[in-house]
Amino acid sequence: MDVSEYIKLVFTDYTLRTITLGTAILGAVTGMLGSFAVLRKQSLLGDAISHAALPGIALAFLLTGTKDSHVLLLGALISGLIGTFWIRSIIKKTHLKSDTALGLILSLFFGFGMLLLTFIQKQPNANQAGLDKYLFGQAATLVESDVWMMAIVTGICLFVLLLFWKEFKILLFDADYTKTLGFNTKFIDVLITSFIVLAIVLGLQTVGVVLMSAMLLAPAAAARQWTNSLGIMIVLSATFGAFSGVFGTAISASQNNLSTGPVIVIIAGVFVLFSFIFSPSRGLLFKQIRFIKNRRDLQQHKTLAFMFRIAETHDNISHPHAIKILNNFQGFTKSTLQQLVRKNYVKIDGNMWHLTEEGFKTATNLYNQQEKTND
Amino acid sequence: MTSAQFEIQLIACIVAIACAIPGTFLVLRKMAMISDAISHSILPGIVIGFFITHDLNSPFLIVLAAITGIITVVLVEYIQKTGLVKEDTAIGLVFPILFSIGVILIAKNANDVHLDVDAVLLGELAFAPFDRFVVSGFDLGPKSLWIIGCILIITVILLFAFFKELKVSTFDAGLSASLGFSPALIHYGLMTMSSITTVGAFDAVGAILVVALMIAPAAAAYLLTNDLKRMLLYAICFGIFSAISGYWVAHALDASIAGSITTMLGLVFLLLYLFAPNKGIIAVLYREKQQRTEVSLLTFLLHLKNHTEETERHVNHLNEHINWQKVRSKTVLELALKNNMIKFDKNIVSLTKKGEKFTSQAIDYIITNQDAKIEHMKDDFFLFRG
Repeated sequence: MDVSEYIKLVFTDYTLRTITLGTAILGAVTGMLGSFAVLRKQSLLGDAISHAALPGIALAFLLTGTKDSHVLLLGALISGLIGTFWIRSIIKKTHLKSDTALGLILSLFFGFGMLLLTFIQKQPNANQAGLDKYLFGQAATLVESDVWMMAIVTGICLFVLLLFWKEFKILLFDADYTKTLGFNTKFIDVLITSFIVLAIVLGLQTVGVVLMSAMLLAPAAAARQWTNSLGIMIVLSATFGAFSGVFGTAISASQNNLSTGPVIVIIAGVFVLFSFIFSPSRGLLFKQIRFIKNRRDLQQHKTLAFMFRIAETHDNISHPHAIKILNNFQGFTKSTLQQLVRKNYVKIDGNMWHLTEEGFKTATNLYNQQEKTND
Repeated sequence: MTSAQFEIQLIACIVAIACAIPGTFLVLRKMAMISDAISHSILPGIVIGFFITHDLNSPFLIVLAAITGIITVVLVEYIQKTGLVKEDTAIGLVFPILFSIGVILIAKNANDVHLDVDAVLLGELAFAPFDRFVVSGFDLGPKSLWIIGCILIITVILLFAFFKELKVSTFDAGLSASLGFSPALIHYGLMTMSSITTVGAFDAVGAILVVALMIAPAAAAYLLTNDLKRMLLYAICFGIFSAISGYWVAHALDASIAGSITTMLGLVFLLLYLFAPNKGIIAVLYREKQQRTEVSLLTFLLHLKNHTEETERHVNHLNEHINWQKVRSKTVLELALKNNMIKFDKNIVSLTKKGEKFTSQAIDYIITNQDAKIEHMKDDFFLFRG
């Protein structure tokens, strides 16, 4: 199946279209809200919440007996919220630290969920098969109504985000200041956390409990590398998320035996890796290049300063000296000398060198640190 | 109780002990989430090891998985060191990606072999007694009992050998470094031990529930004590209690043993979270209420000291001036009366000698704000708690 064929299939095939749209919307909304989670240093909250949602799904099934995904997700939402608020209360009221609280709620809720799931499996009225799809997610089970629900939730998120943009932003960067301005920080905080829980719960069906946290984090962590502006970051993050969804679906659809969730996560991981390395201002590659360049500049300046010291001792600055005397000096290499010549700071005449007028001036300033070093 | 049931409980208890020991240190070092990350990211290690050995209980598998665990820790630390993202984001990025790689490896290659993700993630203790360790015809008991038993023995030996070093580096890394124990060495040693324990326990209780067995007993014990030795002891006791009671709950409900052990751990934690003396939520809320009353009392006494004129000290005026609810003023007034801080004289409130002395002390403390002054003040404060 080549690319054009696949694209044609996306527009004609009902299942593929639904799944592609669903994962794209999911990626966008998790990316959007994930930005807040990452910036608020709540990255692992997503992991805890997604695990904490499991008993809610099982309980919703036990109580209602339906497998309607909307009912189950409502259960997931409630138990996710309970988990979140329990975590907050543990951190706030006891001396246990946030990592302990997260790990605790994550594993305890998940274990309880597993107990319920295995309990359900042994029940006689066995139309329970398929509950464990929430563990790893099955994008193939998405239907049009699920996609509509995701779209509506995304719309609401977007609306609330725009409505409370100022409040969200200020809370993100300076919570204390927000409080002194008279905003109800508790309300904003709860609102934003609830939306993060909502986004996670939406993704359970597609990506599953275990991998949901990566959907939340990866696009945001990638987007963070490209910008320092919150607005741009959210847009970028949503875009990355949506593209991971689309590409992930495409790859898993074109191969046998590849579940969509893990592939989407790996695509998102590739986005992160790419951003970590190639981002112009923060990326590792350019950081390394800048580092090397700075070191070279420094070496050049050291050589120039050393030459200046020698030239200083003579009345005539262009008095020639042997290149040999530079050999014992640390920053000196043939190439630094060449660069100095190219910049017209130094002239070479056979085995001898002498400083030019310009080189002498630069070196004087360098020595006094009056002038900023030029590149 | 059949011998299989006994063996299952024995394995569960040993797993619980083996997890509780490193878990205590992870909780104290604020690295609980690292154990979660390790438990997920050992999956590719297990899968690759399984492809090579075709045996889920092979020691080689444990080594390979432990190496993957270490790689996770190193990767997280490397990403964190670049400063591109915070530590928690680094953890949250690394383990789902490694886990995804594991899942895809299984899906692509292991269709016809006995290894599915559920087994790795959830484990099944009930089958543990069926996989026997047989040496030249002698049945020496279940294989997983031997594996986790060895891990426990190693853990205990290391704990006794390096207890002092672990303790110092956990509570004061700087001091530990200056005394000559490398914190990095102990850090990676602990991480290695946690990885090995996680791997050893995963086929008994599953990768995710290992996290519960590591963190929950330690967290519950931390609510009871601040003493490291006691905390270790309590954590082990909670682990054993949950393992045995969890087994019988699972037996009654005919459900996953690992799940019900975790649920029992959850109940233990919930109980302590609510009722632990001093650190439980009820004790904390009660203390906060008392502190509020104490601060109110102090405000009230300061107000009395500041105003000599009678109008300011009239009961009705106080009500409106300090703006308290009726109930609260009553509590504060009663407290003050009980401690002989104030006296009433025809609805005019005035300080007694004791009250005067106390208030000047309080002002002194507030103005100078020195810790030394609060020490004997604390004794006075405790007077109020009646």
